[in-house]
Amino acid sequence: MTNAVFWFFAVFAVVSASLCIVQRNPVSAALWLVSTMFSLAAIYVLLNAQFIAAIQVLIYAGAVMVLFLFVIMLLNLGHASSDIRGPSAVAAALVIVGLLLVELLALWRYSPGRLAAEVAQAPGMRDPSAAFAAGMIARQDAVTHGVVGSLAAPLFQIYLVPFEITSILLLAAIIGAVVLAKRRV
Amino acid sequence: MLLGPALGLSAILFSLGVAGVVLRRNAIVLFMCVELMLNGVNLSFVAFSQLYGASGYIMVFFVMTVAAAEAAVGLAIILAIFRHQQSVDLQNINLLRG
Repeated sequence: MTNAVFWFFAVFAVVSASLCIVQRNPVSAALWLVSTMFSLAAIYVLLNAQFIAAIQVLIYAGAVMVLFLFVIMLLNLGHASSDIRGPSAVAAALVIVGLLLVELLALWRYSPGRLAAEVAQAPGMRDPSAAFAAGMIARQDAVTHGVVGSLAAPLFQIYLVPFEITSILLLAAIIGAVVLAKRRV
Repeated sequence: MLLGPALGLSAILFSLGVAGVVLRRNAIVLFMCVELMLNGVNLSFVAFSQLYGASGYIMVFFVMTVAAAEAAVGLAIILAIFRHQQSVDLQNINLLRG
């Protein structure tokens, strides 16, 4: 059952991503990207990442894509002529993407068992179950502390400094966006 | 556990994003393709988090934050370029070409 739902949303994500990159109209490209993000949120739920799924819908499908649509409509780009590059660029894209896919699709055959076998052969890693014990502990933690609590503890303890740096990054982005979009620089 | 299929899907999404960046000339669609690539990477983080614990989820938070900041600044730059050139076609933006 889980597998069937996963494949349904996976096919949906790939189809809408392909439509997103070939749609001539930027608005419909943005809407197909929103549908890709929604199916990714469904896949996150299947992968036991419920909070990430909620964040995906709120931030990506909500905030970021609304920003994109807002700019598209502000600039009145809705009825643009085709902006897809010529045949040489299509050939280049096919070659690049083909090479990348061949490399990356080697990951397709990865199962937890095979990963454990490879980890076991790596020097300095004697016990492969020690590496994956973190996943088991995290799953137990999600049961006892809830999905959000099991994420909040590492975020505010181990990753506290990166979290604070992120706030500086956001502040810089806000100031930069205001300065850049101001009428007179 | 859906490790392999999820990694394969993330590979396909990333490659589609690269194809979009190479194919399109509209700067805004280009940005959307970058978002698609970031989403593919996020999916692989979540897939590996099934085995390695919560660190992957935290990394997804940071990727989303950087993506939001990038979208805000990038779209502001596009607005400034549009005000200057009346177009967001990347072929018209060649000020640095000698």
